[in-house]
Amino acid sequence: MSALKNFFERIIKREKTLPPESVKTAPLDPSSLEPSWHLDEQQTIAVGAAQSTGIERDHNEDTLFVLLSNATTDNSLPDFGLFVVADGMGGHRAGEVASAISVRTTARLLIEATFLKLLENENPTNQLPLQELIRQALEEANESVVERVPGGGTTLTAALLLNKQITIGHVGDSRAYIINDGRSDVITRDHSLVERLIELGQLSPEEAASYPQRNVLYRAIGQGANLEVDIVSHSIPYGGYLFLCSDGLWGVVPDHEIRRIIYKSGHPQAACEELVRAANAAGGPDNISAVLVGFPPK
Amino acid sequence: MTMRRTTRALDNQTEGLERLQPGTTLQDRYLILGVLGSGGMSSVYKGRDLHFPNVTKLVAIKEMTSMLTDQTMYEMVVTNFEREADLLATLSHPSIPRIYDYYTDRNSLYLVMEFIDGKDLEAILHETDDFLPVEQVINWAIDLCDVLSYLHNHKPEPLVFRDMKPSNVMVDQHDQIRLIDFGIARVFQPGQKGTMIGTEGYSPPEQYRGEASPAGDIYALGATLHHLLTRRDPRIEPPFSFSERPIREINPNVSPEFEAIINTSLDYDPKKRYASAEALKQALLSAVKETGILIRPRTAEIRAHEDDVKELWSFECEDEIRGSPILYQDMIFIGCYDNNLYALDAQTGEFLWKYATDGGITGRPAAEDGVIFVGSEDHRLHAITARSGSLVWTYYTEGPVRSSPMLSHGHIFFGSDDAYLHVVNSLNGRRVWRAEASAPIWSTPLIHEERVYFGCESGDFYCYDFRGEMKWRKKVKRAVTSSPITHDGLVYFGSKDWTLYALEVENGWQVWRFRMGGPTISTPSTSEDKIFIGCGDNNIYAVHARHAREVWRFSTEHQVTGSPTVFEDSLYCGSVDGFLYCLDIRSGRLRWRFRTEGPITGSPAIAEDRLYIGSNDHKVYALLT
Repeated sequence: MSALKNFFERIIKREKTLPPESVKTAPLDPSSLEPSWHLDEQQTIAVGAAQSTGIERDHNEDTLFVLLSNATTDNSLPDFGLFVVADGMGGHRAGEVASAISVRTTARLLIEATFLKLLENENPTNQLPLQELIRQALEEANESVVERVPGGGTTLTAALLLNKQITIGHVGDSRAYIINDGRSDVITRDHSLVERLIELGQLSPEEAASYPQRNVLYRAIGQGANLEVDIVSHSIPYGGYLFLCSDGLWGVVPDHEIRRIIYKSGHPQAACEELVRAANAAGGPDNISAVLVGFPPK
Repeated sequence: MTMRRTTRALDNQTEGLERLQPGTTLQDRYLILGVLGSGGMSSVYKGRDLHFPNVTKLVAIKEMTSMLTDQTMYEMVVTNFEREADLLATLSHPSIPRIYDYYTDRNSLYLVMEFIDGKDLEAILHETDDFLPVEQVINWAIDLCDVLSYLHNHKPEPLVFRDMKPSNVMVDQHDQIRLIDFGIARVFQPGQKGTMIGTEGYSPPEQYRGEASPAGDIYALGATLHHLLTRRDPRIEPPFSFSERPIREINPNVSPEFEAIINTSLDYDPKKRYASAEALKQALLSAVKETGILIRPRTAEIRAHEDDVKELWSFECEDEIRGSPILYQDMIFIGCYDNNLYALDAQTGEFLWKYATDGGITGRPAAEDGVIFVGSEDHRLHAITARSGSLVWTYYTEGPVRSSPMLSHGHIFFGSDDAYLHVVNSLNGRRVWRAEASAPIWSTPLIHEERVYFGCESGDFYCYDFRGEMKWRKKVKRAVTSSPITHDGLVYFGSKDWTLYALEVENGWQVWRFRMGGPTISTPSTSEDKIFIGCGDNNIYAVHARHAREVWRFSTEHQVTGSPTVFEDSLYCGSVDGFLYCLDIRSGRLRWRFRTEGPITGSPAIAEDRLYIGSNDHKVYALLT
């Protein structure tokens, strides 16, 4: 019954090269060594985003989306933000189309269901739960990609900020971190087969490096009629950060280095640019996307 | 530029598939009756074969319409479809649906199959709340081994099913197992789950390397059985993590023998699994023979635990104790339906005094500065000295007081059947303000960051600030008798509409909801990022606070109207079945249970190794845990 599901053919492979042995970062520009902007002194949420095709790729399949509303004059409008990273995959232009369509679909649905309602001053308590809205949005993104982009797929990590809660919908191996008090926690789970096999002790990191399917995701947008979405809610990290990135960043810049750059760079925008530079300095094997949201102290 | 062009081209296709309408006739032969399912590029319809005009012969018609413009891909899809149709046509087994017809029409491909009147195992799991009977699961397993054996022994080449999972197994109206979706019947799954890489969660590790073998089907059957017995869906867990969810820890009804068989089927190494489906079937049959009974009597296991707890003392009142005790200044204070508030010595259970109200007491008292506050069905809130039980003041409302008082900043907050939340000065019993609700308030208010949260019997849930101004209101479908709690920026409460709600504290936006198997009036509690709540469906649930997923549930023998209390790593909760249960908060496993002679509707007071609980058998118990 080999014709039935030739699963091998359906596995989406992403061309990726291995991270270089040692990670070097570009020398910091003197102005960024002593940032004039400090999160501790802020009263509103600040956001930064940066992206790069990387060194080894010739086109960018990542899609970023950032929307932040800080309505400090009107206390009836809560803080709202939507931050999305999608890392597309698939031949020809399928990857970039898949990530773009997914982000559009997700952003449109979530903004309609949440932000526009808030602006219209509709009673938000009659809305669907945020977790269900996000699940629906990612499922719809999945359907769009399945129908419109055969052979394409994408990771998608979408963080919705509403007041003091962040709710994240996630599929694939882009990541969301909460960085606070000098520590960073990955709050999403990489849906990467190799990571899982290493975790189980069924594959050593060395074997993984030469494993033929090392880039296979066991969950991605666009990989079937239906999709299981990971959803997690988190209260905002006061005086800390929410950080989203594609594997082009976390795969080459170690977590402690990510933290160091963020704490050193001042404004989230400077931090994101520096993080992307660091990933390129380390070889830039893949597309790089980063979104950093800084929250004022309580 | 490329991006824009692509998007515009795609926009023309947003309409998606056009479904056939009921009443349409295909090939002058198949009358469409309705849609059975759809997904991706295909739909499955229920149809009637008009070549049999005198009887109603039902068929399932799968229609595949391709919107692929790429000719090569389109041809590949057509070839696969045809190959599968040809293959199915050659199979003959009572557990495999028959193929009647296959044709193409314009851009669409059609496959006409036997219509199976039944439900798939995933739907059966969805529709049940409790564990499926183990014997039934074993019978299904044995039948599935038979059909896998048939496929694996197919000549000239063995056939590998490759997608064994609950939604691909139907139970027809004759209780027969039917294996569906040979790559074609996929859309029969009502749950519409699955990804293109086999089905994540059920597929064996080697399938990810592109290996398909009979041993892979055995793994997937093991995964299916694991899901059926534990009710833990492997698709939402990390791949190959079955060993992290030992079957008998979740479902003690399963015998160790049966668990071992499933574990062998799920071995990561294909060589260590059963050599064939036949061998697996033999193992199942011999386990049935050896154990005689497959269902271990659960009560025997529980009885062993009943020695783990010692009764220190008990004290009998004159009527049912429906409410909850508090421990204050080494005394136990508890209200009773005999109208009295009792004060007992916490060490000895010795009676100290009682204070008579003019109505039953159903709530929990509160204490501050040597004064005990308690509401009564006599419409009043009473303030009484802790030492002697003498009256300090009373405060009248216009209805019975069933809500328990909550103290904060020198004020007492409580609800009444007069549909007001009353805020009273704790020193003199004078009203500070009151807030109107739409119905009687039985829930206990929650005070959090200068706001007060409470539910009422019409299903409205309110948030007021300390000046008595309403900040927001949330309407749910049924009464909110359950009292709210807060954890990490969310407020949680249950409702008689069978739902546990999680709302953002500041503006009431719903973050998630969790559906249970019955109404609840139990107040949740929280620990280690889990929310615990009792339910009218007899269960105590643990739900993950961030993912809203069930972590475990524990089934008691009657409704759980009392509220769970967490102390260290144990959860204590009474049930209407008369037992007080002590569970491990991480696994939901029973540590011990303590029998009383009547329903327990209140929640315990706990201090160090002592636990105090009232029962409708009129008694207050002190237990040494």
